[in-house]
Amino acid sequence: MRANYKVELASGIFLLLGVAALIWLATRATDYGQDIGNETYNISARFTNIGDLRDRAPVKIGGVTIGMINKVELDPVTFEAIVSMDISSRFDEIPSDTGASVLTSGVLGDRYIGLEPGGAPDVLVEGDELFITQSALVLEQVIGKYLFSTGAAESESTETGSSEP
Amino acid sequence: MAINQLSRIPFAGPLQSTGSCLVFLFRMLSGLRFNPEQVRNILQQIYLIGARSLVIIMICGFFVGMVLSLQAINALEQFGASDQVSLLVGKSLFRELGPVLTALLFAGRAGTSITAEIGLMRATHQIDAMELMAINPVHRIALPRFIAGLVSVPLLTAMFNALAILGSVVFSIGVMNLDPGIFWSKLQTGVFFDKDLMSGVWKSLVFGGIVSLVAVYFGYTARPTGSGVGTATTNTVVLSSVLVLIFDFILTSFFT
Repeated sequence: MRANYKVELASGIFLLLGVAALIWLATRATDYGQDIGNETYNISARFTNIGDLRDRAPVKIGGVTIGMINKVELDPVTFEAIVSMDISSRFDEIPSDTGASVLTSGVLGDRYIGLEPGGAPDVLVEGDELFITQSALVLEQVIGKYLFSTGAAESESTETGSSEP
Repeated sequence: MAINQLSRIPFAGPLQSTGSCLVFLFRMLSGLRFNPEQVRNILQQIYLIGARSLVIIMICGFFVGMVLSLQAINALEQFGASDQVSLLVGKSLFRELGPVLTALLFAGRAGTSITAEIGLMRATHQIDAMELMAINPVHRIALPRFIAGLVSVPLLTAMFNALAILGSVVFSIGVMNLDPGIFWSKLQTGVFFDKDLMSGVWKSLVFGGIVSLVAVYFGYTARPTGSGVGTATTNTVVLSSVLVLIFDFILTSFFT
């Protein structure tokens, strides 16, 4: 009976160690428990283009994370992206005329939403929508625009150059 | 087609083994009762199979973590991204290396001993003796080992992962002087609990089932001779390693 007791104790310790390792990994080495807290309120914003913004991407004011993206969907009528985000209830005094823009951390980093607080006296509450929005800067479009505009300017100048004399 | 012509169809041998393996699984699971005696048997097997594999799993995990970060830092340094090492180590470890390497080690450490033990019981007529005493040997011998393997492998995988992260910490922070804050924050923002860690845990549960089923099946069906037990032990390692790698691809492509 004594040996049996030891074996059961050892297997119990083994099971505990395994679960402890799993919990340690979950809390220290993954995003588990890195949430913004349980108390949140939901706001939304419309963008014409959100780039590659993902679910659970951070929402920041001044670089500090205050919430995360809850859901991204497409308005079937206006074809705008509706981004719904959960903001931590600790930040309950964000002005209602706050602007939102889709930004990139670093040159090739992840997309996030940056909020730019306005100055209105009333604050954002559950279900509000942000109206001042700025879409993502898509690199291809920017380069395309730049190439196109310089090309157009050159052709314009050659045209004017040829017509003048 | 007459029944004696069945063996002429291609792959008849492997198909027959697969079928009888599955029949064996159902015969085993039909004996699943949670009475104190069976729980005690399972706990004893968890000690013999799981707890005694702990040391080898932890040592291997630690060195896998070290060598992963060594190679990752070597490669990432070329474009100045050695800060991303913890992300690379964490993702590759939780998704693939942890579950697969643990299952392979488990097949070598515990699968072989299960097969050899049951095969030797068969060779020394212990199983026949049990049948004479109206004890179902599949329920008494095979089932506790199968359940213990099923429970142990995910936990061993968790410990393998934990030690590998520690090994990575030792190498990248201790030896290569990377910043510990960046190391942990990359893990906590880039590695996902459900998509990375838990998907690996579910995989390792399947691997544990595969390895233990193969081990008890080959042990139980081993020819009752010395060379028969030896062949069965070899077959256990070969087949469970191959099956783990095949099912790794299948599970990954269908469930992620």
